[in-house]
Amino acid sequence: MDAFKTHTGTALPLRRSNVDTDQIIPAVYLKRVTRTGFEDGLFAAWRNDPEFVLNRPEHEGVSVLVAGPDFGTGSSREHAVWALMDYGFRVVISSRFADIFRGNSGKAGLVAAEVDADVVEKLWGVVEADPSVQVTVDLEGCTVTAHDLVAPFRIDDYTRYRLLNGLDDIGITLGEEQLISDYESTRPSWKPVTL
Amino acid sequence: MGKTLAEKVWDEHVVRSGAGHETAQPDLLYIDLHLIHEVTSPQAFDGLRLAGRRVRRPDLTLATEDHNVPTLDIDKPIADPVSRTQVETLRKNAAEFGVRLHPLGDVEQGIVHVVGPQLGLTQPGMTIVCGDSHTSTHGAFGAIAFGIGTSEVEHVLATQTLPQARPRTMAVTVNGSLPEGVTAKDLILALIARTGTGGGQGYIVEYRGQAIEELSMEGRMTVCNMSIEWGAKAGLIAPDRTTFDYIEGKPEAPKGADWDAAVAHWRTLVTDDDATFDQEIVLDASELAPFVTWGTNPGQGVPLSERVPDPQDFSDEGDRVAAQKALEYMGLTAGTPMREVKVDTVFVGSCTNGRIEDLRLAAEVIKGHKVAADTRLLVVPGSVRVRLQAEAEGLDRIFHEAGAEWRGAGCSMCLGMNPDQLAPGERSASTSNRNFEGRQGKGGRTHLVSVPVAAATAVAGHLASPGDLAAAPAQPFETKES
Repeated sequence: MDAFKTHTGTALPLRRSNVDTDQIIPAVYLKRVTRTGFEDGLFAAWRNDPEFVLNRPEHEGVSVLVAGPDFGTGSSREHAVWALMDYGFRVVISSRFADIFRGNSGKAGLVAAEVDADVVEKLWGVVEADPSVQVTVDLEGCTVTAHDLVAPFRIDDYTRYRLLNGLDDIGITLGEEQLISDYESTRPSWKPVTL
Repeated sequence: MGKTLAEKVWDEHVVRSGAGHETAQPDLLYIDLHLIHEVTSPQAFDGLRLAGRRVRRPDLTLATEDHNVPTLDIDKPIADPVSRTQVETLRKNAAEFGVRLHPLGDVEQGIVHVVGPQLGLTQPGMTIVCGDSHTSTHGAFGAIAFGIGTSEVEHVLATQTLPQARPRTMAVTVNGSLPEGVTAKDLILALIARTGTGGGQGYIVEYRGQAIEELSMEGRMTVCNMSIEWGAKAGLIAPDRTTFDYIEGKPEAPKGADWDAAVAHWRTLVTDDDATFDQEIVLDASELAPFVTWGTNPGQGVPLSERVPDPQDFSDEGDRVAAQKALEYMGLTAGTPMREVKVDTVFVGSCTNGRIEDLRLAAEVIKGHKVAADTRLLVVPGSVRVRLQAEAEGLDRIFHEAGAEWRGAGCSMCLGMNPDQLAPGERSASTSNRNFEGRQGKGGRTHLVSVPVAAATAVAGHLASPGDLAAAPAQPFETKES
């Protein structure tokens, strides 16, 4: 995974709450066995509408998504994160994320930045007034900046540490393999096995 | 100070505590059972191959085919080539990495969350994960069970552990008894309507109280299954005699002295009297009624006896806008009685309501009636075992005689990854768990309902409860051409 320290780009104001993972990428796109190429499924149903905000020419090349509360609810599909990243998004900003989506983001390298609800409103206002505004997301300082708006965001410390250093989660855990083996030696014999 | 049930199970699985860790790494949690299906696993196995890693504990891993599989012509190759490739990829991966797989055609095949419990692999006090958000179902046995993404699937395959931040705890206490005709599904839909889809976010929820204790294991699974629909990390219920009776004798349940040792431990898995929860919600079961959704998230629901709400009545602006958008998508007019909403397709099935009790309940309501002329009823058992049991009890004949379609096992129309989908604009009453836009097929409109409401709706042709049928003569509609 590439390290993420700071990112600057234009933003997409998505004025919707409860953007569930079926909207981010419908199930029909989940049949693939590859890990890339999911950008065509991103917001597939909504993109049929030429007026959908992502189809607007002034939002071409966006890389920061600013959405309403409860973003990423529903299924566990990591394809939702892959679709956002494959499309070019590096950051999603919302006042509340679903747990699994937030976890998947941290694993795949997408920054899920949680801000207060009024910050989302202000960002929407700034971006809608000037779609070309450059939004900077600084993971070291945990701030989001757009014009004269500077606001803090929240992300859990461990995810932040891994993203800043571009670390592979599995590699870190395998470094503790002895602890895992020690634990396994204490498991009761009646615990079920599949083989 | 005492511990909650969730804290006890969590603490028993901590391989390495996150307390005071220099890089803020959370607890490293051991996983007792890893369930796998074809949709969220191929990229995880690919990751293992690329890194030259093996599956650490294939003996704690079980795979089944469920999301993509057809429910018709199941003895033939899967017609959709993309679905077929995904299923075949799971077969190759299971063979290469030594994982037990129950493929299409196998007697143990079915929805992963139906198969685990019926095999007896789901037991109290376990940690269970799966690349599927409805893994919360297994919490009904007093296990900590939650859905994970594909990166985490790869992590569990490689290490049998997951780094996990310790969630907060919440108690949902449901006092009193559910009234006649009100089910576990109505209970959880009413709870989600009250809390919203984010109300449980960050919590492991323990459901407790008289109404929960009175539920069967299958009802408890329905409640825990939909924990994710109000955002909870997991939902669980303390194991009791009902739990032990359900597990005893199942193929993978402990036997002999192991059984006694297991039960002795399981009896300790209750929240201590002096334990405290970070949050508590109390419901009165006697006030609950059959519940249906009108919108496009599971929190947008009302009792069946009420009307489609008016967006203007929502005080929160976000809720108002969401309600407006939902009514547009659903093609509903504010003020319409829910009972007057005509339904094209009724789906009985899914990991929420596709177990044998659900099919018995549906058959009981539908017996002696016919499915309405302009409506179709799809009955999809959650597993092959459920299907065989239903057929042994003659339930399939009741469905056939009513004009319903009796299908093979799988996720089916819950998410429409197989051919069982709604057409654009088609309206369903569904015993599944999500009414998101396009969930059951592009442009499809979903009303989440209980099993009795689903069965009664199939007969009436509009949203209805079994009581509505009793008021009318049986077979009031012409039967469908077969």
